[in-house]
Order: sequence, then structure tokens, then C-alpha cells
Amino acid sequence: MIQLRPLLVAGLLALAALPLRAATDIVEVTSPGGITAWLVEEHSIPMLAIELNFRGGAALDPVGQEGATTLMMGLLEEGAGDMDASAFLQASESVAARFRFNTGLDSVNISAQMLTGNRAESLALLRLALTEPRFDAVAVERVRQQVLSGLARDATDPGAIASAAFSKAAFGDHVYARNSDGTPETVAALDVAALRAAQARTLVHDRVVIGVVGDITAAELGPLLDELLGDLPKGGAVEVPQAEIGLSETVTVIDFPTPQAVAVFGQQGLARDDPDYLIAFVANHIFGGRVVTSRLNQALREERGLTYGVGTSLAPYDYGALISGRFSSTSGAMAEAVDVLRAEWLRMSQGVTAQELNVAKTYLTGNYALSFDSNGAIARAITGFQIAGLPRDYIETRNENVMALELDDVNRVVRRLFDPRLLHIIVVGQPTGLEPTQ
Amino acid sequence: MRLFPLLGLLTAALPALLYAQTISTFTLENGLEAVVIEDHRAPVVTHMLWYRVGAADEPAGKSGIAHFFEHLMFKPTSTRPDQDFSAVVESNGGDDNAFTSQDYTAYYQRVAADRLGLMMQMEADRMRNLVLSADNMATERAVVLEERALRTESEPGALMGEARSAALFMNHPYGIPVIGWRHEIEALGLDDLHAFYARYYAPNNAVLIVAGDVTPAEVEALARQHYGPLEPSADIPPRLRPQEPPQLAARRLVLEDARVANPYLVRIYLAPNRTSDTQKQAAALALLSDLLGGAGIASELGRSLQLEQEIALSTGAWYSGTSLDPDEFGIFVMPRPGTSLEDAEAAMDAVLARFMAEGVDPSQLARVKATRLANEIYGMDDQLRLAQTYGAALTTGLTLADVAAWPAVLDSITEIDIMNAAALVLNNNASVTAYLTAPEATQ
Repeated sequence: MIQLRPLLVAGLLALAALPLRAATDIVEVTSPGGITAWLVEEHSIPMLAIELNFRGGAALDPVGQEGATTLMMGLLEEGAGDMDASAFLQASESVAARFRFNTGLDSVNISAQMLTGNRAESLALLRLALTEPRFDAVAVERVRQQVLSGLARDATDPGAIASAAFSKAAFGDHVYARNSDGTPETVAALDVAALRAAQARTLVHDRVVIGVVGDITAAELGPLLDELLGDLPKGGAVEVPQAEIGLSETVTVIDFPTPQAVAVFGQQGLARDDPDYLIAFVANHIFGGRVVTSRLNQALREERGLTYGVGTSLAPYDYGALISGRFSSTSGAMAEAVDVLRAEWLRMSQGVTAQELNVAKTYLTGNYALSFDSNGAIARAITGFQIAGLPRDYIETRNENVMALELDDVNRVVRRLFDPRLLHIIVVGQPTGLEPTQ
Repeated sequence: MRLFPLLGLLTAALPALLYAQTISTFTLENGLEAVVIEDHRAPVVTHMLWYRVGAADEPAGKSGIAHFFEHLMFKPTSTRPDQDFSAVVESNGGDDNAFTSQDYTAYYQRVAADRLGLMMQMEADRMRNLVLSADNMATERAVVLEERALRTESEPGALMGEARSAALFMNHPYGIPVIGWRHEIEALGLDDLHAFYARYYAPNNAVLIVAGDVTPAEVEALARQHYGPLEPSADIPPRLRPQEPPQLAARRLVLEDARVANPYLVRIYLAPNRTSDTQKQAAALALLSDLLGGAGIASELGRSLQLEQEIALSTGAWYSGTSLDPDEFGIFVMPRPGTSLEDAEAAMDAVLARFMAEGVDPSQLARVKATRLANEIYGMDDQLRLAQTYGAALTTGLTLADVAAWPAVLDSITEIDIMNAAALVLNNNASVTAYLTAPEATQ
């Protein structure tokens, strides 16, 4: 037998005290023009990662223009300034810059990576994409067709059908119930005016959150921020109503011919600024975290072989929070899997054990360092801290905060987060023997 | 804006940059080879053990056994009877996983650097002391069948991939899917698993890769302590798989599935793998795939079919080369609604014919080389990927010297090298053209 117990004890102490990369090195840089960013200098590789997160997002799409923000973001590198799409791509490839543009419900984000030797040229290209996108008619049609093909695929994908139905059940008439990519009808109808409007309300200098990691100094970064973002317009406050979460104890089956059914499930969650959020994070880890030892993976996969894998996560959107998860099971196994899921949700609502909490603390504190393993990952993390309103020393104190959690407190939050009367389950497929509720 | 202002600078600086990282190697008396990649940016370590056995080494009729076995390796051992492998890793704050290919099976953990010894102790333990029980096997078989249902049977594109590989390889086991055929997974027995374990899981069939905040001396000392006592296996068979005969007939297939929303076509050609002696040819093929379909509308297929003719939603090309035996070079076109697969294929063939007639545009070659070389720099930021590069190379017949030489080999490739490689590989008689589409009625 491996000496597990002594190591476990040592683990609690050693891992909690592990010097995390970047822990003490985050500095706040304010540009001459007043734009702030968090920076971690890392000079061992001649590259730089920049994360830009503009608050707002697909939630701001006007009624009838659903998908405008997604299409706009997809067109930023399809021609800007005096370059058409082809010229822009050739130019970014020639300096080996990598830009990724994503659209979420609450924000859009841009992940950029560039080589130190090509930094000025790479940033000039990014500035052009943000300030002077062309929206050439041929490029708009090309990207529109790509978005439409994705929507067509979603229509025959059981996982996408389940997600859409779950969003509808959770958010009802709220804008969060909509698909960020829009619908075939709205995407087909988007014109350049709609794209310009999406650009004007999204890419604004007063709603951008910035994380920078890599081969650059604070003194170098300040002026570059002004060059990159100084010409963007002002956007003002985001106005989105709070969502009413409409989930309650339900099992719905949506008939779809497939050998393996998909289940999406969840209930109301906790907001990111809820004082109990960290506890909810730990509780979710114990229940459905991305580890084989989670309660759900043990019950569904390891003990019964009902699925290849299952996970849950907290989804704290700005105006409404969920805890949700998903798994796939072949038609004959889904009914039992749903029974097990409901039983585990009920058992979870009765609390976790001290042993489970200790194992989770050891894993989460030891694992924290592993999530800061690349420049891009650190840039995303420090951007996330700013969005959540966390202090710059959050990394230093986070593990202590996890270790300090007490069982009673955890179980108080567990009762909030796992309420069997709120567990809503949507199954897409042709499961045998699964009775939907009314 | 000028195009390619900095290519010269980039390519000149690269070799020096790349090998600033410290790589070292040692071999234990029992045959275990080891590579240490130092990365001191964070106090973490990636520990990987690669076995030189994959799906293509399976006995006939036992498809899926290499992958099924990979799953079972996480079950208890005789010295750890009550706990799964991952439970111990997790209780030390680590992450772990594994993967199986046609040519190798690899296990890895990412964990705080001071846990490296424990990881080695556990990895060495399950190399020899795994408990294979009927109960564990039954549950895990169900999990593997769920995995096959998830990744293959629920994905029409994956089903088409199985069909086209089966058609391309007339004799070589690369035509059999890594996860295995369902009916053969269902029939695997405990005896099969015991035989597989005894034959292939031995130190002289393994490669250890450690990347992270460690020194070569401490890795070697720990490896000696934990892996050193393991007895080598005496009967590891040579990896001589049935090879392809001359291929003389172009093959075509159509897979219809009601779930297909966007029909597409794929053509795969039988292609030589990368070996120590053929690195140049492999580099030329890699760059050829970039030129034809590597970067959307900047590549030949994208420029013609997506940008100029506006008949394709997306296009692509691929070649890996990191395999023990000849594998595939692939091209893909997804037409826009309104363009048939037949018309898309004709347009694709016209692009290939024009490329063969007109040759390589030097500025395009410079562009794809720069991208490849820059990816090597970006790759240094990813410890796991770096470790994987070495593991995959060493389990498919390449050497550390081959890996080290790769950027320079890429840089040395000329337009003529590319055209020679293209003329060799783009041979329809050694190809499969596959259509994925929905039945007429539902389109």
C-alpha cells in the first residue's frame, strides 16, 4: 500500500503554501491616456499574450438582430483599413500573430499572441481590426454562410438541442434564452448597418478589461495600450434586466433519433459576487467537478458504466446564475442514469462529509498552480479576476481562503445550491423507460 | 501594409531561440529510455510514460484492446487495492489522463514538482501490479462502449472517417479504428487483457518524459529508484505490421446519415511517414498541406473555392507524418448550400491540377514556413504539448536528434522539394474519396 495518509497531511501544508507563478507579480499599469491593465512580466519566452474583454456581448443584440455581435466579431479579421480579408490574413500570418475573437452572452473577448520581434506590427494589425473593420460585402456573405452552417448543424445535434431547450427553460423571455449566434432568420437579415451598430456598442474603451502576460515591461505597455485602444468610442453602462430563473423539478424528453441520448440539467446558482461563491465552487467540485472522484462520476461512470463522463459547473452570468451539467448515455442506459442523477442531487442536498471537504481542499489548493501554466492562461485568469472585482492579491490569498472553509458553512451553501425541488432535466434522444414529468 | 516584412528576421532567429530550452536524456539498465525537459517557470511537473504499443499492434480480431487496456490501467493494483489511480493523484492536487493512438499508449500526470517521486512510484506499480477483475472489466467495457457511442456513433463525420480509413488501408491495421469495432470490444475477454499486459507493459517497451521544474540529476535518481527495479520483458515482438501492397485503384464511398446538416467531401492519399531518413520529405509534405489548406482563405483551396469562386464554406488539408508506418495525407471541402459534392470535387481537382502545373509561389512558401516556425516558439509556452512532441517522436521511430533538427529541416525545404513530394503523394490510385451527406428525402 502506498503511504497515502502521511502524504495527504503533508499535502495540505505543502500545496497550500506552493509559490504560484505570477502570485506576487501582478502589477496594474495605467496608460498615459488613462487605460488600465493588469500585467505579469515573463521574459523567458519571446512572446506576449494579451486578453481583451469588452463587457456587453450578445445580450445586447436588439430584438430581430440576434447574432449581430457574433457576426461582427467574426468579421474583424476579414478585412480592415486598406486591406481586404486576404491581405489582412497574409499580413497577420507574415508576422505570425494569432488573434482569436469570441462572443459570449455578457462580453466579447479577444485573445492575441505575438512574438516580441513582431510586436509593433502585430499590435498595429489588431488596432486596425478593432477600429477600422471593413465589413466588405463578400466577406460578410462568406462568414454569414459559415454561421448559418453552424446553426444548421445545431438543429440536428442532440447536445445543441438540449442546451437550447435548457436555456429556454431557465431564462424564459430574458435575452439569455437566445442563441448568441442568432437564428437562421435573423442572421440572414443582418445588414452592414446592424454590424456597424454592433461594433459601436461593443468595442468601446470604457468597458474593456485587459490582462497582459509575457515579454514586455510596464513602461513599454502603457503607451501601447493608448495606441491600441485610445481611438475607440465610449459606450456607457450596460443595461440588461435581471433574469428570473424558471427551473423547477422536471424531466422533459425531446424525441430525436440517435443511439445515444444527451441530458442537460441544473438549477439556479450563485452570482459571482455572492459572498458564498467560493464555497459554491468547492461544493460543485465535490459533486460534479472535472475529476474522476466527483460524486457524479463515481455514481454514473465508475460504479455503473452509464456514461463516458459527466460534469457540472457554475455559470454565473452577470444577470442570472445557474449550476448546470451534461452527460450522454445510450438509449437503454439513460433512464437509470437520470434516476441516479436525481438521487445524487437529493443526497448532495443533505450535505458533504468532512472527509470529502478535506480531499477537495487538497485537490483544489494543489491544483491551483497548474492552472497558471502558460502565458495565455494567466492572461485570461487575471482578466477574470478584474471582471469579478477581485483584488490583485487574490492568487496569494485564495488557497488560504479555501483551506479555511468550515464544514457547517459549506453545508449551509450546499443546501442552497442543490435543491431537488429545483432540479430541471432535459433529455434529447429516444431513451427507453424514461418517464417525463408533467 | 507591406507583406512579409520580418520573415528573414524570424527564420534567422528561430533555431537559437528554440534550443535555449534544456533537453537531456538517459537510459536505465532495464531498457527504460528517459527525456527531461527543463521548464522552471512554475513549480510544477508533467510526468509521462509512453508505451510502444498502440491499436495497430493488436492481435487480429481483438480491436480496441489497447484503448480498453488504457482505461483499466486506472483501476486498483495489488499494492493499492482500495483506490483508483486518479484518486491518489487528485488527493495530491494533480491532474491525470491517458491516450491511445495507432502507435502508442501514453499516461501522464501534471502535479506539484515535489510529487514526482510518488507519481513514478505509482506508474511503476501499475506497470506490474494491476488487478484485472471481471467486475472492473464489465463496468469499464460499458464506459468504453458509451465512449464509442459518444465519439463515433453520434458523429456522422467520425463514422465516415472509419469507413474511409478502412477503405484506404487494404492490408495495414491503420484501417481499424483505435477505439475498436463495437462487436470486437464486446467480445474481449480477461485472457486477452492479461496476455496484452504481460507482453507490452515493461520498462524496455516504455519511454519516460518529464517536463517541468526539475533537474536531470533528480529525475534520474528518482527513475532509478522507482523504475530501475522493474524486470525487462524478454518477448516484446518486433513492430512489423502487415504493409500495403501497391495500390492500383482509386476508391470512392458515400456515407448517408440523416443527421448531416452540412455535406462535405474528404480525399485521403496514402502517404509516407516521417522517419530519420526521410525528414526532408515529411517536412515537404507538412508544408504542402499548409500551402493547399492550412490557413483558410490564404491557402490554395481556400483562396480559390472560398474567396474567388465562393462555392465552399470551408476547406482544409492535413499531414502529420508522426506514425510508425505510412499513413495519410488529407484534403477536405465543405461546399456552400447549392453546390453539389460532385461540383466541389471537380473544383478541388482543378485547384490541385493548377498547383501541379504552376508550382509553388515563393512568397506563400515563406509564409507557411514562418507560421510553422512561430508555432514552435508558441509551443514552448505549453509544457504538456512539448512533452507530447518528444513522446510521439520516440515511440514512432524518431530520435531526439530528429526532433532537434526539425525546425532547420523545415527551413531548408525548397519549392522543388514540395513539388516532388506533391507528385509522389497526390496519386489517385492510392486514394479514397469519401462523401458525407444526408439522404435525399431529408435534404
